[in-house]
Amino acid sequence: MATVSFSVNGEVRALKLDTRTTLLDALREHLHLTGTKKGCDHGQCGACTVIVGGQRINSCLTLAVMHEGETVTTIEGLGTPEQMHPMQTAFVKHDGFQCGYCTPGQICSAVAVLDEIKAGIPSHVTGDLNAVPHLTNAELRERMSGNICRCGAYSNIAEAITEIAGRPA
Amino acid sequence: MKPFTYEKANSPAAAASAAAGRSNAKFIAGGTNLLDLMKLEIETPSHLIDVNGLGFDKIEPTSDGGLRIGALVRNTALAADARIRRDYGLLSRALLAGASGQLRNKATTAGNLLQRTRCPYFYDTNQPCNKRNPGSGCAAIGGVTRQHAVIGASDACIATHPSDMAIAMRALDATVQTARPDGSIRDIPIADLHRLPGDTPHLETTLTPGELITSVTLPKLVGGTHIYRKVRDRASYAFALVSVGAIIQRDGTGRVAVGGIAHKPWRVEAAEAEMPHGAKAVAARLLEGASPTKENAFKLSLVERTLGAVLTEAKG
Repeated sequence: MATVSFSVNGEVRALKLDTRTTLLDALREHLHLTGTKKGCDHGQCGACTVIVGGQRINSCLTLAVMHEGETVTTIEGLGTPEQMHPMQTAFVKHDGFQCGYCTPGQICSAVAVLDEIKAGIPSHVTGDLNAVPHLTNAELRERMSGNICRCGAYSNIAEAITEIAGRPA
Repeated sequence: MKPFTYEKANSPAAAASAAAGRSNAKFIAGGTNLLDLMKLEIETPSHLIDVNGLGFDKIEPTSDGGLRIGALVRNTALAADARIRRDYGLLSRALLAGASGQLRNKATTAGNLLQRTRCPYFYDTNQPCNKRNPGSGCAAIGGVTRQHAVIGASDACIATHPSDMAIAMRALDATVQTARPDGSIRDIPIADLHRLPGDTPHLETTLTPGELITSVTLPKLVGGTHIYRKVRDRASYAFALVSVGAIIQRDGTGRVAVGGIAHKPWRVEAAEAEMPHGAKAVAARLLEGASPTKENAFKLSLVERTLGAVLTEAKG
């Protein structure tokens, strides 16, 4: 057993857990924040995407004990049913889901993607490595490729993200 | 997952000696490959040494005009560094061609080099695999081999190295620096880091027990046009069937390293003398002694054609 303490959605949480516990299982099974989903549990589907220290990661492929003192944001921290994050509103408006299982991961990923573009981080499809990247449809699809949607809602997901990207921050 | 104890290392020497003192300890940094394999009980360390606190997270200029990349620099940060994008575009491109945004945010420079093969028979613990269980045999040989090695393989193993980044590092002649349990440091040319399988495919690198990668150094800039071209079954988030990393100078000379075809980044310096004569001549030298299977023989012509496309692109 080990102890770890980190901030989740603005609240410091101290946990005593088996060293084997992934961040995903700590969130779901220990903190009962079940918005973050377990899909493949091997980093292939992106359903478990959360934002740690401002960066999106697969919470299934990291140990909870490795996040001492860090800041974790899950889908519950982005918005609530009463006060949705603009990205959540856009997903609803554009029907960016069908079954909804991948949606929390898609939304956490999408929010972080916009920050990555704002920070000037290039992608595989960026034409000029030394230019500022812009959010084209090709950029968006490449950057979201770590989030799989088996219902195939991709075109609506792309529309939702594009709408938010077009807004002044 | 098997139970393990966990510690955070305070210094490279302490990390190296903690690892050397236990037969079944592993370093963990990004953890994206190691934890995947631990869940499948392909990796079963009894002790993990978390090296994330060691501070090797900077990219610094070296005295001879190169760049020293800390072992813990994340793939995203490395690909996005302005100096890497400007002077070592091949490296930036190779990194961005690999994995997903989430994985690149976690994966480290050293971890990327040390990631293990994605051979499906290595992953399937019901199958014999000399890499996973030395002496048990190789289920890939005679199996489905479309993804497997076409050169440098052995009767014991036909797995490939999955890294895109390592292809760029090989073409750039990077040097890996390590810390050893006795406190000494060692420089390993990237060409000597990865091994061919031979009859010991479970030994993938020349690192000794407890040896910890602390940085990877790029030599001073080499100019030229930097191109990384990856051919895969889908446009994003897939491993290479074949990839070509090249640096091509105006006079047509240059360097080329190939991924997806061998147990290590594949580069044959003698083949590079053929660069001005075109892709066919280079590929012929580069792939001398290849022994593909029926299912992956296409990789030989795919290497030539991908290199041809790269040479054409370099001409602008």
